[in-house]
Amino acid sequence: MNWLIAVLQITLFVLLAPLLAGWVKWCKCYLQNRKAPSLFQPYRDLIKLTHKQPVVAEQASWLFILAPYIIFSATVLAATVVPLIAVDLPTSASADVIVMVGFFAFARFFLALAGLDVGTAFGGMGSSREMTISSLAEPAMLMAIFTLTMTASTTNLSFAITHVLNEGLVLRPSFVFALAALILVAVAETGRIPVDNPATHLELTMIHEAMILEYSGRHLALIEWASQLKLMLYGVLIANIFFPWGIAETFSIQALGYGLLAIIGKLALLAIFLAIAETLVAKMRLFRVQEYLSFAYLLGLLGLLSHIILEASR
Amino acid sequence: MILVLAYSAVLLSFFSGLLGLMMHQRRHIMLFSQYWFKKFPSGNERCQSVIAACLEAKRFPVLLRRAVFVLLGLSGVFAVLAGLSVLIGKETLTDQLSLGLPWLPWHVRFDCLSGFFFLIVGIAVSAVSLYGPGYVNSYKESQHPFAILSLFTGLFVAGMLLVLLADDAFFFMIAWELMSVASYFLVAFQHENPANRRAAFLYLLMAEVGALAIILGFGVLASFSDGFTFDALRESHLSTTWASIAFMLALLGFGMKAGIVPVHVWLPEAHPVAPSHISALMSGVMLKVALYGLIRFCFDLIGEVQWQWGVVLLILGTISALGGILYAMMQPNLKRLLAYSSVENIGIIFMVLGLSMIFMANGHPQLAALGFLAVLLHAFNHALFKNLLFLGAGMIHHQTHELNIDMMGGLIKKMPKTSVLFLIGCMSISSLPLFNGFVSEWLAFQTALQVDVLNNGVLRSLIPVAAAALALTAALAAACFVKVFGLIFLGQPRSHHCEKAHEVQDKGMLAGPALLAGLCFLFGIFPGPVISLINGVAGQLLGETLPNDAALGWLWLAPVSTGQASYAPPLVLIGALIAGCISFWYLRRNPATALRRAETWDCGFGGVTSRMQYSSSAFTMPFRRIFAKVWIIDEQIDKDMQGAMNQDVAAVHYHLQIHDHSWPRLYEPIERAVNNTAKLVGRIQTGNIRVYLGYSFVTLIIMLWVIS
Repeated sequence: MNWLIAVLQITLFVLLAPLLAGWVKWCKCYLQNRKAPSLFQPYRDLIKLTHKQPVVAEQASWLFILAPYIIFSATVLAATVVPLIAVDLPTSASADVIVMVGFFAFARFFLALAGLDVGTAFGGMGSSREMTISSLAEPAMLMAIFTLTMTASTTNLSFAITHVLNEGLVLRPSFVFALAALILVAVAETGRIPVDNPATHLELTMIHEAMILEYSGRHLALIEWASQLKLMLYGVLIANIFFPWGIAETFSIQALGYGLLAIIGKLALLAIFLAIAETLVAKMRLFRVQEYLSFAYLLGLLGLLSHIILEASR
Repeated sequence: MILVLAYSAVLLSFFSGLLGLMMHQRRHIMLFSQYWFKKFPSGNERCQSVIAACLEAKRFPVLLRRAVFVLLGLSGVFAVLAGLSVLIGKETLTDQLSLGLPWLPWHVRFDCLSGFFFLIVGIAVSAVSLYGPGYVNSYKESQHPFAILSLFTGLFVAGMLLVLLADDAFFFMIAWELMSVASYFLVAFQHENPANRRAAFLYLLMAEVGALAIILGFGVLASFSDGFTFDALRESHLSTTWASIAFMLALLGFGMKAGIVPVHVWLPEAHPVAPSHISALMSGVMLKVALYGLIRFCFDLIGEVQWQWGVVLLILGTISALGGILYAMMQPNLKRLLAYSSVENIGIIFMVLGLSMIFMANGHPQLAALGFLAVLLHAFNHALFKNLLFLGAGMIHHQTHELNIDMMGGLIKKMPKTSVLFLIGCMSISSLPLFNGFVSEWLAFQTALQVDVLNNGVLRSLIPVAAAALALTAALAAACFVKVFGLIFLGQPRSHHCEKAHEVQDKGMLAGPALLAGLCFLFGIFPGPVISLINGVAGQLLGETLPNDAALGWLWLAPVSTGQASYAPPLVLIGALIAGCISFWYLRRNPATALRRAETWDCGFGGVTSRMQYSSSAFTMPFRRIFAKVWIIDEQIDKDMQGAMNQDVAAVHYHLQIHDHSWPRLYEPIERAVNNTAKLVGRIQTGNIRVYLGYSFVTLIIMLWVIS
């Protein structure tokens, strides 16, 4: 039964991810006075891409063809770790939050290699930038997460969320810092404005798009889907760690239903904030990103230190 | 019985060295065999003919080479067997050999800690001996005699094994010196190049300074006890000050060998110039022997560790880890890059060892055991993947005659097997899940996160900062090895050599790295067996093991308790396979959407050339800009002008040199000071015999005065 719910949760994760991307796009269009595409447009795009014949560059090796599958699988695996509608599922015990960060690294490793594989300047540029940004973002993210794990004294996300639920609504300075850090990191890691622009194809500014420039057909679909999944993952992480109320603690149909509704509501709200931020803020120059990410790192560290100095039980 | 295994490992490596010396003695062996058969004609015909066939001028060197490496490999296998049996039995064996000084026979002790490092040495040596025969074929006998290479390789391995067996300071130092000096000759093997001679001299100098520090460290301990045996040293009771002095000396000595910042400078010089299988042994194994020395010295001989030492190790380790990977990233030379990455990994190991010490001194032996576990596991893992990467570098060098990353590219198609092996190495060292590097790093994070139990506020805020640095290190390592793999194996070939390269033909050369790659993956999925072995080591040395989560079994990794953290790599692997297979199967079922190959997108200008690709310095440019203060960057752009008024640019030359801060900051001042002192001392050497007689006279007078 538990495994069934776990499988259900992963399926929900994978299936809802394009919807979230569609919703973000819808909100953005609304805010920018543009006519929005349908909420289900990302699904249509994915289906369209899977039915097309993929074209692969002559230069490309087996790694280039295999990479989308690896990237997608690694991202799905990262999703198994994060509780979406219910805590205490068996999948969340098989790996903890450090493993989740590891899976992101895994996916990125192959994405960057795929970018280098075709041997064009664009691919190399994208890979180099992506690895730069992620190597600054990853520690910042770990800092933010360590704040939580030290408060709950577990690195298992499910237990940590239960801990936060049991504590009730307590305003912790460390959590405020960690939340801010995690939001900054999430924006950077999912390639949103101001770090990267998911809608651009301008040579000098693109990061994620530069790496996947040579992908088409089902390969592109998988990579797009993986990045939508990543956006949703970060959203769920922020929503469920810091505002876990509503998540199912028992496996009754009712609790699960509430859990689903709660997370959809939370994600919809977060997406609105994201759309507002993307509308208000301009994209940064590449070499300003380091300052942005060091700030996130600093916030994470401050969160950790304020937990240790102010809140620890002695 | 177990000791016999260990001794035979040492003797076999020794004999393999001696056997290599027979390379030029073919005539003597022939004469001897003829003499033997004349004297004892009873030997049957076949035996004679076999020996005669072996001694043929053409086959003899090949067979001898094989025999040397077979002996070396056997030595490795015996070392593994000895290590495993002592680890499983959790025994401590002691023995005395009537060698050495008359009043101090060589004391031998073989316990779990030695056994574990025997295991590391054994695996590495076995892999190297599979790889060796193919690799040394490329050396010309007249320039680089095999006899020298094999003799010192044998002595080097024997020296490392003896260090692990030693149970008195005297024997330890002899074995240590054997290891250092033998490896000096290996670094200087290709001595026709002045840079190699310089690197070898630097290595020897630092090894000897380090050895001096270790001797002094033992001396401090010995002066508080009655003998040089480790048993006597264990009994010594030192004041905190003296213990700290001994610790600092040991840290300097062993740290110099292990290569922590700032005494790491010999590594990036010596590793690139040694033959690849030797640099694999030096980087993968010898650095671990130095780690063994430090652990033995601190946890076993001194006994009472202080938390301040832990802080010192933590800080030095953090600097080494971050510095190592940042410098590694900037190197265009593959083996130099790997050498700097060894500095990084040793830094991580020292960092966690520091954590373990801090927990130990603060009365949390169980957490100390957790840290200790992470230390030994990372040492083990690093030995596997660094060996693999160095052997891979050797394969690439062997096939392309190129070590500059900027000159490679596209090898994934030319050398498919090598590329897979190298990719596994890169993924392990970047600590990606499902590979072994991740497990030890996960354990390191778990150790760092237990900081809440400490009372000291400074420590409690220092350790998370170190953990943050560890996270940054891991992320930078991933970036660095994306660069390495991407530029070497992917894209288009950047040089003629790489275009013409083909797969390694020698099976052994592939088998050695394949063994290591297999182990990297195996212990990434099933780290349980190694961890339970290390638990025995921790139990023997620290008197404390991890709580046994027997209920969860081999499938799970739950170092503290299941409520705190757990990781089940097999389940994760199954999940990955399911997800991968579903997407693969689902998307490829339609035959109408089979792959189509087309030209690479060239923005419509036509002709994507290999010169358009990102190079090593281009890939790392953002890092260079962000962490600019870390290096001494010497960047020059020269333009060749031509045409009327010299206004057209004909060619642009770009030079980039990255220098290490430790040279101008630390070593050059020392060098200057030594030279100045020598000049000062030189003043009293007038060269005039009357003055020297005067010195003798004055000395004599002073001596007489002192005596009376």
